[in-house]
Amino acid sequence: MADTKSSKSDGLIRCDACPVLCRIRDGKTGACDRYGNFDGKLVRMDPVVVAQKILDEKGELVPFAISARDWDGSLMRNTPTFLTGIGSTTTYPDYKPAPFIISSDEAGVDMVTVVSEGVFSYCGVKVKIDTDAYIGPEPAAIRVNGEQVGHVTTAEYGSQMLAIGGVRHLTGGSKKEGNITCNTMMRLCNKEAVEMSVDGGAQIVVEAGKAPIINGIQEERMRVGCGSATVGIFAPQWHNYVDEVIVVDDHITAVLSEHQAGKFLDMPPAGIRVRGRRSTPGRYFQVADHGAGWGGTNITDPLDIIEKIEPDVAWPGLRLLMVSTTGQDAAYFELDETLTPVEKDMSDEVKIVVNRIGENCEPALCSVMFMGGAGGSLRAGVTVNPVRLTRSVKETITSVTCGGAPVFIWPGGGITLMVDVNEMPDNSFGYVPTPALVAPIEFTLPAERYEEMGGYVDRIRALEDVMDNENVRSIPWNRDHPWPLRTDNVNGRKQGS
Amino acid sequence: MFIPAQMALMPDGKRLHLHHGPIDLIIEAFGTSNEVRKSYQQAMEYFPSILPGLVSEIKELRKPYNRDWKPKGPVSHRMQEACRPYEGIFVTPMATVAGAVADQTLEILMSNRILEKIYVNNGGDIAFHLKRGHVLTTGIVSDNDFPNINAKSELSYDMPVRGIATSGWKGRSQSMGIADSVTVMAANAAAADIAATIIANAVITDHPAVRQEPATSQDIDSDLGDKLVTVGVGKLDKRSIEKALESGQAAAEKLQLTGHITAAVLVLQNDIRVVGFAPDGMLAHVA
Repeated sequence: MADTKSSKSDGLIRCDACPVLCRIRDGKTGACDRYGNFDGKLVRMDPVVVAQKILDEKGELVPFAISARDWDGSLMRNTPTFLTGIGSTTTYPDYKPAPFIISSDEAGVDMVTVVSEGVFSYCGVKVKIDTDAYIGPEPAAIRVNGEQVGHVTTAEYGSQMLAIGGVRHLTGGSKKEGNITCNTMMRLCNKEAVEMSVDGGAQIVVEAGKAPIINGIQEERMRVGCGSATVGIFAPQWHNYVDEVIVVDDHITAVLSEHQAGKFLDMPPAGIRVRGRRSTPGRYFQVADHGAGWGGTNITDPLDIIEKIEPDVAWPGLRLLMVSTTGQDAAYFELDETLTPVEKDMSDEVKIVVNRIGENCEPALCSVMFMGGAGGSLRAGVTVNPVRLTRSVKETITSVTCGGAPVFIWPGGGITLMVDVNEMPDNSFGYVPTPALVAPIEFTLPAERYEEMGGYVDRIRALEDVMDNENVRSIPWNRDHPWPLRTDNVNGRKQGS
Repeated sequence: MFIPAQMALMPDGKRLHLHHGPIDLIIEAFGTSNEVRKSYQQAMEYFPSILPGLVSEIKELRKPYNRDWKPKGPVSHRMQEACRPYEGIFVTPMATVAGAVADQTLEILMSNRILEKIYVNNGGDIAFHLKRGHVLTTGIVSDNDFPNINAKSELSYDMPVRGIATSGWKGRSQSMGIADSVTVMAANAAAADIAATIIANAVITDHPAVRQEPATSQDIDSDLGDKLVTVGVGKLDKRSIEKALESGQAAAEKLQLTGHITAAVLVLQNDIRVVGFAPDGMLAHVA
């Protein structure tokens, strides 16, 4: 890469890559669209990216998250370097060798890394949204700009799950549907915020690694557990300070004195009946509709879920705590002479336990996993005998990474992988007009094994040759990731462990 | 130190790629291998001088057209010439830079060479030459965000078209209008380029979904100064789309009747207007 610098003033930088000497505003690109101003730094928009082990003064590997932002992208010499697929371009759909086939010497063993940007016609994005909030019924359509890009899939504990993309939306529908689906997947994978609407459900904003925004409200925490689990965890801590606890939850609302946990503590029945369908003692389904209120229900006044208070069981002065599964909503009542609940300040002892629910809730996050099948021509870019690559991956002789990040390889046929986009460098993904998503992918294996599988041995270049002669940008290696060039990757080590 | 011009054959071994700063040319010449090679050689000798030549006059080129200004360089001269029919409306020679570079490069490629067909594609603005009986096939892309080949069209020797250019607010250069794309066919690329810019500027309507900002807020050195340029267009209702397209159509018809362009195709949110003669296939892509 040529020695390009920028001079800075008023948020503008002056690009000196060419004689036009564009002055570029922050976040914009110059006249060529190839150089841009990112946070006051001049960056080349499409160089091939290498991840390098960068050491601090003490000789320690610098952390990825911090250094990725501060690192100016200039290339280090004599430090362990891994060439990623980012910016390497693709050869799709031509059956020709991958753009980069790199040899490097790792502890005396010749390793080969085959690097390309895979074009994934078959791919999707799985989104896990940690929230109790109601998102929509399963399997409701998820839309962006009116086009269906995916659907709500089976919920997991404390999380709502979305399935986005897939070949049917990409190429099975209208051109517009395909383009919007592709664009949605790309933005999600590039860690951008994407607004989506669920048919019969919520308007949601999803951004990898950030809290979800549901119907305009930013979620803060995922629930500690369902209502029943919350009662189970905290029952002994409430005992003696309250006579009844109702944990409001869209899934299972729990009533402490009726619940197994309350019985175990010898709590007397309190005679407060809640709405909904009783599952087992003290556990109720469907106490209210889904919504943006308490615990993912549509309840804003918790007393609304109380069906009746039995006069021959309840007593004046009964102390009742109502709380949601995140502790974000809570109210304390005492029954008066007519057994009517009157809201009062809660005692410090009760407050501590309510706060503890919150403390035990993890922050609400959106997790975005890219999932794709590395099929035909992508494998053909590695070897003339593609099935041998599949076998080699399955035997964990060949290690697969996406932008240097570890991937999970599904069992069974083909190379179907999943990768957490937050583990990948920013802006790793692109697209082709097919439409299909483009993702960096690297296959690393010992040189002799590469030769055996029918690899393009005559196309192998030394890593140094690429670093000397190509437009290369350096990012710090993520020290939490297994080093793909480690020779003990060979045999016996599972992918992504 | 500046990054020097990059010049290389594409991996297909047939097309020539010339790149220097914001200039990015894809060239393909058809003829005997000897003639094609010599043609490419001429272009590679000449090409590195184009950008410095433009930069030396950039101050004047960014100013509104002034008939008394005498450009020095051949590309600047083409830009100034292309502006001539538009005296009286706001236009700067920079509006035609991509087309003018394509035209000038084409002239160098063809000088003393015998070629059957040749094109110079400068980021979508295309200058070409055809020998009798030959045809140029081009793909049309209506939405830059999703660059699909929406249609293919064939331009033949007997048509009075040797330049094609496209303008729109989403592209690399700025537009005062809201057209997704305006594609113009004219006698050369510079003429097509400036006409596309002017017609695209005319595709405009008042609508809250149209977001505009001063050109300099996007690009501090913009030749459009503080004029408002489009930075976003939301979904428009049918009436607004028609109104904007009619406004652009009127501008295009005037240019066609006065002989400055051969044809124009205006696209805005899946609606389309055609002015003049447009080849088959160009219209087929609109939903």
